[in-house]
Amino acid sequence: MAAGDTSTLPRREFLGRASALAGLVVSFAPGMRLIDLAAAKPDGEAASAEVRWGMLVDATRCVSGCDACVKACATEHGLEMTDRPEIDAQWIRKVDLIDENTGREISLPVMCQHCEDAPCVAVCPTGASFRREDGIVLVNKHTCIGCRYCMMACPYKARSFIHINLVGQRTHSPRGKGTVESCTFCVHRVDRDREPACVEACTAAGHQALLFGDLSDNEGELAHRLSEVQTQQLRSDLGTNPGVHYHGL
Amino acid sequence: MGSVCQLLLLIMLTGVLPLSVIADEPIFPRARGERCVEPVGIMRRAHFEFLNHHGQQTVERGIRTGRHSLAGCIGCHAARDQNADWIPVSAPGQFCESCHSYAAVRIDCFSCHRAVPEADRVMGN
Repeated sequence: MAAGDTSTLPRREFLGRASALAGLVVSFAPGMRLIDLAAAKPDGEAASAEVRWGMLVDATRCVSGCDACVKACATEHGLEMTDRPEIDAQWIRKVDLIDENTGREISLPVMCQHCEDAPCVAVCPTGASFRREDGIVLVNKHTCIGCRYCMMACPYKARSFIHINLVGQRTHSPRGKGTVESCTFCVHRVDRDREPACVEACTAAGHQALLFGDLSDNEGELAHRLSEVQTQQLRSDLGTNPGVHYHGL
Repeated sequence: MGSVCQLLLLIMLTGVLPLSVIADEPIFPRARGERCVEPVGIMRRAHFEFLNHHGQQTVERGIRTGRHSLAGCIGCHAARDQNADWIPVSAPGQFCESCHSYAAVRIDCFSCHRAVPEADRVMGN
């Protein structure tokens, strides 16, 4: 097919090529950076190891009492709360911390940290808990047997188990009884060049405490911010190398 | 007369009665799309291989072409009731369940997957 012949292309493929072309043009414009366009992935292409998705959580911007990210996650993935909070799924939660010596208080969200060396992946007996090429840690529910070994191994308590039969799941987020689940970095959105729902909600709420991007892309905004501000990973002593970084802890 | 001869010939050659003679074939609502993504005969025999392959490719590698996606099947094959509400494809007499109950094969897909289309989306992941 000729490069210019787009008449027979499906719409999505056409848009994918068009945005790739747009990226080429933009890269020649002075003073402009390719941030999101560089990450666009056509539907038929596999996740690439050249990308490592990550996040910067700015605890100095995160507001105590705000749970916009938690609500957005629940809506996006159809997480419905029951009258038994102890069995409710918790993909992202807000944590308020107080330093008893100084009285300093901070608030921050904690979710799956998408570790490079993920304990949940190491202990999974079936290979259901796995790390995608682009660094997103997921549960393949087709092979998960619900043993919950990963839940015990995770230092961040990021995973939940589904105890009851579910109805009304979202199309893009299948989930059911007897399997373990956790934050997917909204992989269905990321694969289509959109931000995770929590990040979008935080920005919409005016806080901009969450920044999502490619840790491997030195020209990208995430890597740029990480090179400028002091950050840390949760329980970095464990050597899991999380994809989520925190500022202002 | 010709069809009876054909049937007798078939029975003699294969040694079995065609299923349609033994029992009524499953009946399910008509699909909305123009045609299936594969020939019907192939889909009847191999749909789970397509679904399984697509599911693995999507979950493990992030390949989201949609051609053999379960959401795509549901988008065309789910029917509405008299109140225009979607009926799950896993409900009795519906697309998936009618054949699976006929063949005595229990479907496990819909304990996790949504069995009705999501608002205004036909093809999904």
